[in-house]
Amino acid sequence: MNFSYTFLVPLIPFAVFIFLGFFYNRIKENISGWIGVAGLTSVAVLSYYTAIQYFYHTPKLDGKFQTFVYSVNWMNFTDTLKVDMGVLIDPISVMMLVVVSTISLMVHIYSMGYMHGDRGFTKFYAFLSLFTFSMMGLVLATNLFQIYIFWELVGVSSFLLIGYYYEKPSAVAAAKKAFIVTRFADFGFLVGILLVGYYLGSFDFQYLNGPEGIAAAQKFGSIFMGFSVIGLALVLMFMGGAGKSAMFPLHIWLPDAMEGPTPVSALIHAATMVVAGVYLVARMFPMFNFVDHGSALHIVAWVGAISTLIAAIIALTQFDIKRVLAFSTMSQIGYMMLALGVSGYDGHEGVGYMASMWHLFTHAMFKGLLFLGAGSVIHAVHSNLMQDMGGLHKYMKITSITFLIAALSIAGFPGFSGFFSKDEILIATFHHNRPIFYITLFVAGLTAFYMFRLYFSIFWNKKTHYHHTPHESPLTMTIPLVFLAIMSIVPGYFPFTEWVTPDKVGFHGHIDPMMASIATTVGVLGIGLAYFFYFKPTDYPAKISAAFGTFYVWTKNKFYIDELYLFVTRNIIFKYISGSFAWFDKKVVDGTMNLIGNSTVVGSEAIKGVQSGKVQDYAFAFVGGVIILVIVVIYML
Amino acid sequence: MIANVSIYEILTVSTLLFFIGLYGFLTRKNLITLLMSIELLLNASVINFVVINKYMFPDFLQGVYFSIFIIAVAASETALAISIIINLYRLKVSVNVDKTETMKY
Amino acid sequence: MDILTLLVVVPVLTVIALLFTKDLKQSRFITMIGSIVQLGMAINLLFAYFRERAVNASIMLFTRDLTWFESLNIHYSIGVDGISVALIILTSVVVLAGVFISWKIDDLPKEFFVTLVILSAGVYGVFISVDLFTLFVFYEIAVIPMYLLIGIWGSGPREYAAMKLTLMLMGASALLLIGILGIYFNSNADGGALTFNILEIGKVNIPIEAQKLFFPFTFIGFAVIGAFFPFHTWSPDGHASAPTAVSMLHAGVLMKLGGYGVFRVAMFLLPEGAKHWSNFFLVLAVIGVVYGAFAAIKQTDLKYINAYSSVSHLGMVLVALLMMNKTAWNGAILQSLSHGFMTALFFALIGMIYGRTHTRDATKMGGLLKTLPFISMIYVIAGLASLGLPGMSGFVAEMNIFAGAFQHPDLFHRIISILTVSAIVVTAVYILRVVGMMLMGPITDSHFEHLPKDTWYERAGIYLLMIPIVGIGMLPLWLSNMIMSSLDPFIQRLL
Repeated sequence: MNFSYTFLVPLIPFAVFIFLGFFYNRIKENISGWIGVAGLTSVAVLSYYTAIQYFYHTPKLDGKFQTFVYSVNWMNFTDTLKVDMGVLIDPISVMMLVVVSTISLMVHIYSMGYMHGDRGFTKFYAFLSLFTFSMMGLVLATNLFQIYIFWELVGVSSFLLIGYYYEKPSAVAAAKKAFIVTRFADFGFLVGILLVGYYLGSFDFQYLNGPEGIAAAQKFGSIFMGFSVIGLALVLMFMGGAGKSAMFPLHIWLPDAMEGPTPVSALIHAATMVVAGVYLVARMFPMFNFVDHGSALHIVAWVGAISTLIAAIIALTQFDIKRVLAFSTMSQIGYMMLALGVSGYDGHEGVGYMASMWHLFTHAMFKGLLFLGAGSVIHAVHSNLMQDMGGLHKYMKITSITFLIAALSIAGFPGFSGFFSKDEILIATFHHNRPIFYITLFVAGLTAFYMFRLYFSIFWNKKTHYHHTPHESPLTMTIPLVFLAIMSIVPGYFPFTEWVTPDKVGFHGHIDPMMASIATTVGVLGIGLAYFFYFKPTDYPAKISAAFGTFYVWTKNKFYIDELYLFVTRNIIFKYISGSFAWFDKKVVDGTMNLIGNSTVVGSEAIKGVQSGKVQDYAFAFVGGVIILVIVVIYML
Repeated sequence: MIANVSIYEILTVSTLLFFIGLYGFLTRKNLITLLMSIELLLNASVINFVVINKYMFPDFLQGVYFSIFIIAVAASETALAISIIINLYRLKVSVNVDKTETMKY
Repeated sequence: MDILTLLVVVPVLTVIALLFTKDLKQSRFITMIGSIVQLGMAINLLFAYFRERAVNASIMLFTRDLTWFESLNIHYSIGVDGISVALIILTSVVVLAGVFISWKIDDLPKEFFVTLVILSAGVYGVFISVDLFTLFVFYEIAVIPMYLLIGIWGSGPREYAAMKLTLMLMGASALLLIGILGIYFNSNADGGALTFNILEIGKVNIPIEAQKLFFPFTFIGFAVIGAFFPFHTWSPDGHASAPTAVSMLHAGVLMKLGGYGVFRVAMFLLPEGAKHWSNFFLVLAVIGVVYGAFAAIKQTDLKYINAYSSVSHLGMVLVALLMMNKTAWNGAILQSLSHGFMTALFFALIGMIYGRTHTRDATKMGGLLKTLPFISMIYVIAGLASLGLPGMSGFVAEMNIFAGAFQHPDLFHRIISILTVSAIVVTAVYILRVVGMMLMGPITDSHFEHLPKDTWYERAGIYLLMIPIVGIGMLPLWLSNMIMSSLDPFIQRLL
């Protein structure tokens, strides 16, 4: 099979971006929308074609899925350390192609309705295309450096799209925060990449994840707390991944990123970009698994577990529906991380890896749907707050039903896709790390609860009085909802275990009835509790939150992590470090230079009297000089 | 060569003349007096030229030439100086050297 | 006449032609023609270089040697390698862009353009010189017009700034002269005559004691103009007071002379001295990188921000040079180029914004994206290029520097490298701070609601600078190969 045509997958959105970027003030809204959708449709078609070709029509080699690499030399650091640009086709990249192109296409279609009449419509589509280009480049990267390049590019597109409503100060602040926090994480990523490049002499995934790369990486002795230098590099790379994937403690940008337009939140901050960190770990999985006996994976697992727990707890208390979804995203990505973290490599041991990827896939679909549904609601009531909503089921049947499907899916209700992927994660954690298993199970319950709290508060609960009667969104917005609703069910029945495993061999998966019943019980418990609390207006929530007291206040304020960061950056870094540098520069460094300048002035002031203008003084000095010279010549020499 | 007069005596005279001129140049305030002092200095050197030429190198004439040259230069210099002084007097109504110290720092 | 000498002759002819012009229109037209010819010749030189390089393996191409002052063995000796060709192209682009940006200069236009062109002639001279003495002469020709340009056409405390800049650079020149004379008087160490010719001295093993003695003089002499900490303070004041085109030329081109001179003269001619002193200067250079970036966070004047950002970026050039390996050197040259285009673009944009809003205080502006969409968007792009966005030249340069820096496994170099890399985070902070404050957010002042649109000459200048930034960023391989192939003599001498 020849997959070299997949070069087109990133290049088509790039061409669209260039075109829309250059003619942004000369094209009509409709046309730029259709150009964007047409470009993305072709990308989606190519991606689906690739997926079908790859999984069904490409012969396996030694029972493994083959890896195809097509690349060109882009830059050389040394004669041996080269950076290529190209495409790499293997199970996870093909899977990601499908995820990104599906969600992106849906968002493109959806935005035609959602952004209708916006001043920067063309700009919006240009940015969306830029993002899609970068994300595709990231997904298809053949080497660490290419992944870093596109990693930065998705960061920038995210910055541009979060700050899309640039006249809102909060949006500007959020965009800045997102970029700087992820940039800080990327600093670690870059150092990690450079260390790997230096010690292993290559950035290439094929080499690094192959037997030679692993063997070379295992040679290094432990230098710090049981980590070898390569292990440290992997931890640093995971830092980059944690930044992009909003893992604790680098998650602070994600909730604020909801300032962007809702379709952007769906595309970037729910389905695609935020899972880049998961994808990175999965991409480097053999390294993570084999270097230092998987010490780095332990960190991945625990960071994921802590994030999923914290995010789920915070999500219980938020009232902004997009923020609830943002914390839910963080929590679900924590799931994927911890599943990767507990995974092994061979055969059935790789169930965590498989579950993580599967969950990535299903999560992208149902979380994209939840965001688009939330967007549809916001579009109707012009508010983000739960208090302003209620009883919307009557007005927006399609949104309500699709939202319910997504909520059931994320809650792990049997039959929906989330049920299957979450089940596999539970199995993986149960067999490999018991404490994390309990966390995962607990969070599963919390997830069901806060999702249905959200669902009931929006679509049922009290009958809010609206100024304008809310109505169902236009067709361009509901078609993606329906499509994604279908996609929130169907992927559960894909044979993922045979497609995506670390060793690329695949195994025959099955549902563990024991685990499934436990998970279902927990999920239904959460849903039932939410029904009891929120289906009709009650005063239980107020009572419960009062009972938790301080803990509730802390949770509602996201454990004051933002405030801590603000304190550190604003009061310590800006004020003391940066301020003192500026002061030092002005007073000390520049002062020294000025002192040198001024001292010549002072010195010349002191001796300028010598030039008195009196000719006799000069004559006297002259004669005196002659006499001294004479004395010197006669008596001293 | 003058009988009974050795070169030392003449050189003593010219040295005295030179230092009188120098003293005058350094202490006098009147510009005309300064000019006269310069003349004394020049004349002292002229005497030296002539005397050394005559007493030590009687076969050459360079010293004499130089003395004539100096006299010519001194004359033109005096003319120039006096014209400057006159102009200065027009400007400052004074020939006092203290009044001419405008060219300082 | 050979194509290198023409690079100096054309500016001189432009100056002569300028003497006969009467008003702004004529003088800017003449200057534009001269600069376009110059750009054409630079591009021609690039292709000629590739053709010649294919058949000629000597260090310098297009060499020419005329005796200038025989008793001291001073020659007018010229030649180029890949590094100089790249920097010559940078110069010609920035000069032409600078002419476009000064399209409306109304105060003494003729004299302004004359001084500007003389300055550029000096810069070209430096890049083509193979003789130390000629190089020094051209260097001074390039530096001294700055005094006039800032002192006459500047703004704010211009006399102070011009005096400070000139005195600091002259002080550095004095040190440099000591260094050059030190090299000259040791150039017969292996027998033979005293010489100023860089290539010939490059074959001589100057006594190690002399190298250790003269390296700091030569290094500091050049590095001051490259904004080397702690001798960088002329740069913020100078840039802030200089008119737009002068800031562009100065930050874009003149400051590159620092890194170029350090590399070509100090390090190439005094390799042992360089090795002996490298750690010391490395520490200072890395302080400059981090410190410039942090100091930039606190500034509010756009030009000050940019000046400190230059301290940081050019600090990276020096760090890379002192890292002593091929990758880092390649990065240093690329960074010089990239920073040249980028800062010139930045200063051009700042000039345009200032010309419209009459303030350079970022805190007083807001929402310019709405009123000045094109200029603001380019400002964002330039900012992103500055913080090292892939696809722009800065990324390629920085990555080469970092990859080179990481080739030293010892702890000292690791710490230096990591500190250098950390600057990318701080850079993001100060760039985005300005972008957020000035371009985004609500419009703060009703004066800003209706600002004049961008004009054709402004766009011409912007595009001229954007093309190489994006070009290098997207397709770095040919340029990096050209530079890499010119690094061999340095590798033989220094490694």
